[in-house]
Amino acid sequence: MTDIPLLSLAIWIPILGGVLVLAIGSNDRLARGVALLTAVFGFAVTIPLYTGFDPTFNGMQFVEKRPWIDYFKINYYLGIDGLSVWFLLLNSFITVIVVLAGWESIKSRVSQYMAAFLIMSGLMNGIFSALDGMLFYIFFEASLIPLYLIIGIWGGPNRVYAAFKFFLFTLAGSLLMLLVLIYLRNVSGNFEILEWHGTKLSMGVQTLMFFAFLAAFGVKVPMWPVHTWLPDAHVEAPTGGSVVLAAIALKLGAYGFVRFALPIVPDACREYSWLIVALSLIAVVYIGFVALVQTDMKKLVAYSSISHMGFVTLGFFLQNKLGIEGALIQMISHGFVSGAMFLCIGVLYDRVHSRQIADYGGVVNTMPKFAVFFMLFAMANCGLPGTSGFIGEFTVILGAMQNSFWVAFLAATTLILGAAYTLWMYKRVVFGAVANNKVAALQDISRREFLFLAVLALCVLAMGLYPFPFTEVMHTSVDELLNHVALSKFPVALP
Amino acid sequence: MNFDVSNLNIGLATAEIFVAIMVLAVMLVTAFARETARGLGYALAQLTLIVAAFITLFTLNTEASSAFGGMFVSDLPGGILKLVVYFSMMLALLYGRDYLADRKLDRPEFYLLALLTTLGMMVLITANHLLVVYVGLEMMSLSLYALVAFDRDSARSTEAGMKYFVLGALASGLLLYGMSMIYGATGGALELSAINKVAAEGTADKNILLFGLVFLVAGIAFKLGTVPFHMWVPDVYQGSPTAVTLILSSAPKLAAFAMALRLLVVGLSGSPELSGLAAHWQNMLLFVAAASIILGNIAALKQTNIKRMLAYSGISHMGFMLLGLLSGATGNFSGAEGSIIAGTPEAKELVTMAYSSAMFYAIAYVLMSLAAFGMVVLLSNKGFEAENIEDFKGLNSRNPWFALLMLFVMFSMAGIPFFVGFFAKLAVLKAVIQAGFLWIAVIAVLMSVIGAFYYLRIVKLMYFDESTAPCPISVSGEMQVLLSVNAVAIALLGLMPDKLLSLCKQAMETMLPLAS
Repeated sequence: MTDIPLLSLAIWIPILGGVLVLAIGSNDRLARGVALLTAVFGFAVTIPLYTGFDPTFNGMQFVEKRPWIDYFKINYYLGIDGLSVWFLLLNSFITVIVVLAGWESIKSRVSQYMAAFLIMSGLMNGIFSALDGMLFYIFFEASLIPLYLIIGIWGGPNRVYAAFKFFLFTLAGSLLMLLVLIYLRNVSGNFEILEWHGTKLSMGVQTLMFFAFLAAFGVKVPMWPVHTWLPDAHVEAPTGGSVVLAAIALKLGAYGFVRFALPIVPDACREYSWLIVALSLIAVVYIGFVALVQTDMKKLVAYSSISHMGFVTLGFFLQNKLGIEGALIQMISHGFVSGAMFLCIGVLYDRVHSRQIADYGGVVNTMPKFAVFFMLFAMANCGLPGTSGFIGEFTVILGAMQNSFWVAFLAATTLILGAAYTLWMYKRVVFGAVANNKVAALQDISRREFLFLAVLALCVLAMGLYPFPFTEVMHTSVDELLNHVALSKFPVALP
Repeated sequence: MNFDVSNLNIGLATAEIFVAIMVLAVMLVTAFARETARGLGYALAQLTLIVAAFITLFTLNTEASSAFGGMFVSDLPGGILKLVVYFSMMLALLYGRDYLADRKLDRPEFYLLALLTTLGMMVLITANHLLVVYVGLEMMSLSLYALVAFDRDSARSTEAGMKYFVLGALASGLLLYGMSMIYGATGGALELSAINKVAAEGTADKNILLFGLVFLVAGIAFKLGTVPFHMWVPDVYQGSPTAVTLILSSAPKLAAFAMALRLLVVGLSGSPELSGLAAHWQNMLLFVAAASIILGNIAALKQTNIKRMLAYSGISHMGFMLLGLLSGATGNFSGAEGSIIAGTPEAKELVTMAYSSAMFYAIAYVLMSLAAFGMVVLLSNKGFEAENIEDFKGLNSRNPWFALLMLFVMFSMAGIPFFVGFFAKLAVLKAVIQAGFLWIAVIAVLMSVIGAFYYLRIVKLMYFDESTAPCPISVSGEMQVLLSVNAVAIALLGLMPDKLLSLCKQAMETMLPLAS
């Protein structure tokens, strides 16, 4: 390991770069250039996090710790383990893609747009690497601001409603978590998440905390029935916003479950795992059906995201190794796939300015290259073997089979439902006769678009064919997590 | 109480004496130099505040010492609060200067009254004696009444002044009545520490003492502008010239906080073990704080006038501040090993933390409020009064820098990190939970979600909407610079709040031995 504070760099390079881009103001060309440079540089500093990562080491790596606010005993305490390392890379990678995706389609307030994404990227890295509860919370809350602005400024016609709904829903959830964090601080005397993993808590307290965590993270995931903000936010967000929202922001809630809920209140998690499993299955099956009837492409993919995230929460609360690893893989895979799906829709939207499936048809005739990419991502979205989507879903289903046949059975319906809604949409948009003049006039993807779609396609295929680099780093940390989950945290030691 | 020369310690009151002399000087000078030098009053007022700040800074003492036979106390919390008062008055006068000039209100009397009200606040902050508290309060309030009605040709301003005066006089009467009860119950004690001694011994008639306490709390609640004595706040904020609203919403809150601290914590907490009287005022404040947070946030939702909206938001902020204050009055806390018993060092630590959270909140609020009303002044210009929240429409395309600063202020008020407002809320919530009031913490955070709505609405207007009436921003360069510094400070204090928090804590540590 090196002495360079890589995690701090991963957080602050994008944030400071964002501030710089903001200061550039109205020079759009320069703003784009600096933004791309910052994003690439920000991604570059996260690569050593993976190459220098020791998969056999049990504990936090790349740790940085220094006091920040003595009054509250909040430390600037960063570190990553096998659960979080991939999310930093994913996030920084997606940021580069987002900057490229907004290169031409964003024409108003370019510097503010780029700055918002860069600042958010830094904050997200902060969330994934914070080991101090309050530091986590601060990053978690602060990331609402840029996303609120992104949806509200560059979104569609109903953007104001979507932005408010997004902000207030997530704020309400996370403020309850704030109370839990303060309570834990009072009980344990500090804000260190790792120490909270060993804090003794009675069942009553654990139950209350569990539901507060559920409120905070469940809204972020989002789980059924508090998912309603997501389709609104997605539909109204610009392409970049949707990509970040689907690829990264949804992972925050799920990550919160593994970092906070499972190890801190394990008894309550065991007690109420049926609830999460039930909600997850509702998300998988019911939301799958909801996706089927959507007429708006973005809404369809948004619902499919909810359904896929249902898999993630399901995997976590199966509380076995296959389930948790499968869920983590599913999170990464979903980051690539859903991001790519929204980019594909963005490519169409930039040309036709419509998201309605009915406005398309026969796109393959005018955009053959695009149709290939779209096909690959659609297949990955429904979990075709050989793509990344398959690995996660299959592992979670295997994990579910260890618990109960019927849970596994219901979870597996997603393979049918996912295929149904994704491929049906694909068929209606891409195949058939050329629907109208607008489709007839379509230009195939530019070199820039080809670049980011190709890179994502490579990721999806690589992860599907050779998932070892992704799973390798997880094993030790997942074992450690399961150890914590298995231990009871009641204050009185059992005889 | 004996006034011999040896314990006069007149040097401790240098700042107050200086300001008092300057008030007289400004009066004389401006009376003779009326037309020749319009800016003289302003310049002298700023000079006075700066010199007073230096005097206070150099006489700042970490140990409490009293003057005038114990009527006057010079200690660290007093010193800090006074410094913030000068600072906020300086900013308020500067922000309001162009506004007043445009409306031909920049008469020297304005600055005279501003200095007088500052002097009242200084006296109030350093008072250690019921009579001095009253004198300070009246000096502050009477000058404020006059300031509110300063635009004498405007019916609204006059009406606001009248309303404020009548209700304020009533509140002063209540306070005075409460003081007389306490004076009677304690057998003639007026000095705060003497009152506390009698209250702790338990020899005084508790009924009369409590009776007096109720009136004191009512008086304090009125001056802070909290429910159920909040009625004047929106009307007066709206009716006053914005330059006066700036003053009204900032420094007096600190003075009122100091008054609450002195009267309740120093004067009437009783013995710490029994938490005798403290338990009673804690209950009263609990109601006041919860009601303020609920009503302030809900009422602010419907406001279309920015001054009224900020007034209601101020009510809820003051409720939050009181939550911090009342959390210190608890005997038992919950901590790492079960509960912490009163009187132990741990409990003492938690008590200081609670009081200091309130102090930090008050200071943070003053910063935010100054910046928010500063923005309102910024948007007003000759012949145009920025009053409706709609006036913020499209500010981002008109002036991205000030839109960004207003965004800082709004998110800070909503309590979103990385801004100082978040840490203020965090400190208070921590104290509240430690004192065992989990339910009120839940109410407070739920109301914060509601509160977030109307702050977000301002951000929405600035960023999501397009400007309908583009009016250029035309204020002096120094105001732009200082307003920027003010708003950036809100962000910077959010990144590095530790210094100020520790300072508040240290201040409360030095004050508390006086209380027990």
